[in-house]
Amino acid sequence: MKIVKINKNKWAEGLDSLAGSYSLTGPVKEQGCHNFKKLNKGQLPDFDFLNTKLSSKSSVFPQSEAMIEYNLDETADNHHIMKEVKKDYSKRAVIGMRPCDAKAILLVKMNFDTPDYKDPYWLNAYNATTFVGLACDQPATTCFCTSTECGPYHEEGLDVLLSDAGDHYIAKALTQKGEELLACAKWTEAADSTVMEKKKKEAEGKIVSSVQTDQLKNKVTLDLYSAPFWDDIAFACINCGTCTFACPTCWCFDIQDEVKGNKGVRMKNWDTCMSPLFTLHTTGHNPRGEKTQRVRQRFMHKLKYFVDKYDKGIMCVGCGRCVRQCPVNIDIRGVCDKMNGYEPA
Amino acid sequence: MTGYIEKIKQISERLLKEGRVESVIGFRKGSMPMMNEPCIVNKPDKIKDLVWDSNCGINLTNYLTNRKDKICVVAKGCDSRNIVTHIIENKIKREQLYIIGVPCKGMIDKRKAAALATGEITSVTEEGETIRVKGNGFEKAVPKKELLQDNCAICIHRNPVIYDELVGDLVEEQKGINRYEDIQKVEAMSPTEKWNYFEELLSPCTRCYACRNACPLCYCPTCFVDESKPQWVGKSQDHTDIRTFHFLRAYHCAGRCTDCGACERACPQAIKVRQFTKKLEKDCLEMFGWEAGMTLDQRPPLDTFKNDDPEAFIK
Repeated sequence: MKIVKINKNKWAEGLDSLAGSYSLTGPVKEQGCHNFKKLNKGQLPDFDFLNTKLSSKSSVFPQSEAMIEYNLDETADNHHIMKEVKKDYSKRAVIGMRPCDAKAILLVKMNFDTPDYKDPYWLNAYNATTFVGLACDQPATTCFCTSTECGPYHEEGLDVLLSDAGDHYIAKALTQKGEELLACAKWTEAADSTVMEKKKKEAEGKIVSSVQTDQLKNKVTLDLYSAPFWDDIAFACINCGTCTFACPTCWCFDIQDEVKGNKGVRMKNWDTCMSPLFTLHTTGHNPRGEKTQRVRQRFMHKLKYFVDKYDKGIMCVGCGRCVRQCPVNIDIRGVCDKMNGYEPA
Repeated sequence: MTGYIEKIKQISERLLKEGRVESVIGFRKGSMPMMNEPCIVNKPDKIKDLVWDSNCGINLTNYLTNRKDKICVVAKGCDSRNIVTHIIENKIKREQLYIIGVPCKGMIDKRKAAALATGEITSVTEEGETIRVKGNGFEKAVPKKELLQDNCAICIHRNPVIYDELVGDLVEEQKGINRYEDIQKVEAMSPTEKWNYFEELLSPCTRCYACRNACPLCYCPTCFVDESKPQWVGKSQDHTDIRTFHFLRAYHCAGRCTDCGACERACPQAIKVRQFTKKLEKDCLEMFGWEAGMTLDQRPPLDTFKNDDPEAFIK
């Protein structure tokens, strides 16, 4: 695939061209944090971040999304008829997501795009989006992507990979969608294809953190489930949803009807397995009523159930967000190593 | 602050060995700079894991709620005031507790330290009142007072108000502090300005509820936002629902909040959620002369009625 050089003095101009055909989203610094926001005309994405506070999963899986609407006014035509909320699925592009977030979107896709079931909201957004990654030349000490079958220059899930080379970016088109985007921005100047390889090796060498995952598949699920370390891991947990909301691979959602007057809308909202409400039955029984059960569920899902079900590694891309943002410093790296090394007595 | 740890370990070991308590709640070293992890120790050989420094900002009273065992807890000034509140509200019994009192000189705000460096902070060490912050090609020593959590900078109750044993001499309390400078600014705003201010303040909220869950006051078996029969609050990112959560959370803390800062420290989006609780703290002080958690002998103003209670707000 094509590799081009984008002089930084052509960057704004190119994005301006893109804005004519794509709706653009990129990292924006607001109130001290970088997060993905819609880029207004002329607004440049701000690449001065280690990683964004929240991942770019929201570009295809918003925290709250209206799916269906209805009218309860019985005098109106079509009252009580569920109608899909009209949405704009014209071309859009995410500019500057980290490669870990792109890999995460592919992991999430396994849930929203299965042979039996396809989530139209997620898939329509996914198909409309061109994913432009920004390689990670200065990974954080909490980044462990090289041990999650990912990496600072990982290409999976991206349509274009950008690498910052000082006065210019090197852009590698990875798919047809990516080539179209580069052409649309009129970024066509040929680049030295060896530079990216060199930078990739350098960046990978800067990853100082890792997890051991090689034994997870062989472990007996119930051994891990009944391992003695869960109470200790869970003690500090305050059961907030920070880890799950910050996580690029957490895909759980809740469906809620919101009615105001006669107008109703059916929403899809991020949910979190850290909340007791997540599993509360209508009978009042809660199979995961205790904190330890919820903490165990999160780690078992990511590091065991997912591994067993899909055989695609762990459900974690090593972005380190949960490590950095957990208010009480529960660290998935330590938990993963504990699980990987656990031998029942 | 780092000098306290040996005493904390000695006391913990003694209590566990004597069987006076079943476990000790304290902190162990975290995996990140400026982060310690709350932990429970119930075997003497684990006591070596305990740490104490200026990164113990989480309020450990949060881990005492409804415990049935005999327990030792390490408590700085604000934690001790929340223990008092917990005892008054029947969330723990005084007889269950052995309180190791820590005279506190304030906790570090990791965001203030992060703001010193352009890249990532890789290590933070403290030498008395100096904090040494290191990053990639970066090193700076700054007075601790510049890095204090906002609530610690204006704290006037650094010494524990209730304890069984102290780990050091009481520290001098800060004097001549206006605790409400920021609140007075908001009070002076017009309704429109206030609306915009709060709207902006809450705009990054993802409703992770870390502020609520880090708070020792928030122990309701089911929080109103988690009720499903009936459901009081919507679950989406609707601004009205977000505001409702924050306003009601704050009102639930009226007359109980000790301004320990755990909520603000926990917020992953760095929202200054104390703006709400502090206003109510100020009102309680002005109307009832009340500071939460200072004594076991008096009921909080919002769960008592007195004939001379102020009623100017009833129109």
